[in-house]
Amino acid sequence: MKLITAVVKPHRLDEIKEALQAFGVQGLTVTEASGYGRQRGHTEVYRGAEYTVDLVPKIRIEVLVEDEDSDQLVEVVVKAARTGKIGDGKVWAVPVETAVRVRTGERGPDAL
Amino acid sequence: MAAAITLAADTPALSSADTGFMLICSALVMLMTPGLAFFYGGMVRVKSTLNMLMMSFISLGIVTILWVLYGFSVAFGTDKGSLIGWDGDFVGLSGIGLTQLWDGYTIPVYVFAVFQLMFAVITPALISGALADRVKFTAWAAFIALWVTLVYFPVAHWVWGAGGWAFELGVIDFAGGTAVHINAGAAALGVILVIGKRVGFKKDPMRPHSLPWTMLGAGLLWFGWFGFNAGSWLGNGDGVGALMFVNTQVATAAAMLAWLAYEKVRHGAVTSLGAASGAVAGLVAITPSGGSCSPLGAIAIGAIAGVLCAMAVGLKYKFGYDDSLDVVGVHLVGGILGSVLIGFFATGGGQSTAKGLFYGGGLDQLWKQLAGVGGVLAYSLVVSAILAFALDKTIGMRVSEDDEVAGIDQAEHAETAYDFSGAGGGIAARSAVPAPVAQDSQKVDA
Repeated sequence: MKLITAVVKPHRLDEIKEALQAFGVQGLTVTEASGYGRQRGHTEVYRGAEYTVDLVPKIRIEVLVEDEDSDQLVEVVVKAARTGKIGDGKVWAVPVETAVRVRTGERGPDAL
Repeated sequence: MAAAITLAADTPALSSADTGFMLICSALVMLMTPGLAFFYGGMVRVKSTLNMLMMSFISLGIVTILWVLYGFSVAFGTDKGSLIGWDGDFVGLSGIGLTQLWDGYTIPVYVFAVFQLMFAVITPALISGALADRVKFTAWAAFIALWVTLVYFPVAHWVWGAGGWAFELGVIDFAGGTAVHINAGAAALGVILVIGKRVGFKKDPMRPHSLPWTMLGAGLLWFGWFGFNAGSWLGNGDGVGALMFVNTQVATAAAMLAWLAYEKVRHGAVTSLGAASGAVAGLVAITPSGGSCSPLGAIAIGAIAGVLCAMAVGLKYKFGYDDSLDVVGVHLVGGILGSVLIGFFATGGGQSTAKGLFYGGGLDQLWKQLAGVGGVLAYSLVVSAILAFALDKTIGMRVSEDDEVAGIDQAEHAETAYDFSGAGGGIAARSAVPAPVAQDSQKVDA
């Protein structure tokens, strides 16, 4: 199993959700996040005093998938999240040792 | 505005129209204080919002009572040595007849007293913007009471009371550039030099928490300022009040545009805080000068104030004093500009026959204006600093560093401006739900 994590622009959430559903993903977790990448954040000016706002709003989407779907799913998320502008975010996949469905106790791929 | 309660032989009769107009103007000026609270309240961080509002609001309580008890008497009573006034009939406003007129005007003494009261209320509230986030509320309340007694009431007499030294010298201050704005701005500077900077000044970002509030506050100030300025001719029907109304509008518009243009050139963005600040800078600058300049002069005065005040707000970073919300940059600098520019732009056809440099009057009015500015600035700065020092050594001016960092609202008022328990505080919010009261349980059982 793999955990796909995407930290992306908040307004792309709907597109990513739709793309995941079209792919057949059954569930996902979304959290509000903030952060910055290589280009950092932006500058705001208040009566001439400039503040660099490093941490900009993001959303973090997490999906558990079977190993064979992992690469394709990363591509699906990247495609749905992309605007082509600075700050589009990152998507990555990491191996997962165990997953358990709390209600039934099913383990591994059956729990997805 | 001349003082003395004695009725001259040719005193005009009470005018219902003038009296009604002045009561409305008084109410407009009253609205400026809560407007100022919104203007300032939006500029502070979430954790000190309520304190900022309360610092303005409390002035309505304290100054109103002191004004009635003795303030009106000190400011507008019979002159004593060109420094203060005193009139036993004004103490407690107790010896004044219902239809007794203010000297030379068509409005009752009560109306004049209540109009001037609103000026006395907003002036100390203006100071509070420089002290955001860090002053004990009790110390602030004590400061207001002492400051209006020792500074505002006498200075109002100097500038507007018959016999006051600035009034007799011929210093022009139509509606309070000297008595209100320079006075408050200099006081703010005096206090912050004593109490010091906020924790994290120049290091932590201290962004305004609600610019919509600040815009709303600036709008209320602009609206109320028509009462402040046009009302300062006391309903006198010779047109100067109307000129003042026009000049208030055009100078404010010019100052807003000038501030925004400066910002666009200097920082590349046209900000809402700049629009609100520019408007207030224009209002401040036209306050002393609008009764004596033409509308074109008012545009020039507004534009000059817009640019120079926008430049002046950066001085605190240069010199290292923490004027939190730029009371010095906007009110002191704007007040000085408006007062001094009278010496250039006075046409001789408005409030007084004195002409400025640009209208063939030479330097005569200019030096008078400089004398008025210098005298009020120095007195207010020094006395305010001494008051802050004395309060700091006795009851203490500042909250503890921990309270300042955690937020002065919680420490001083046991309240917070916003309930954020729905966002991230869900568990705490659920456990804080009160248990059903016993009576209800019994009803259910029955």
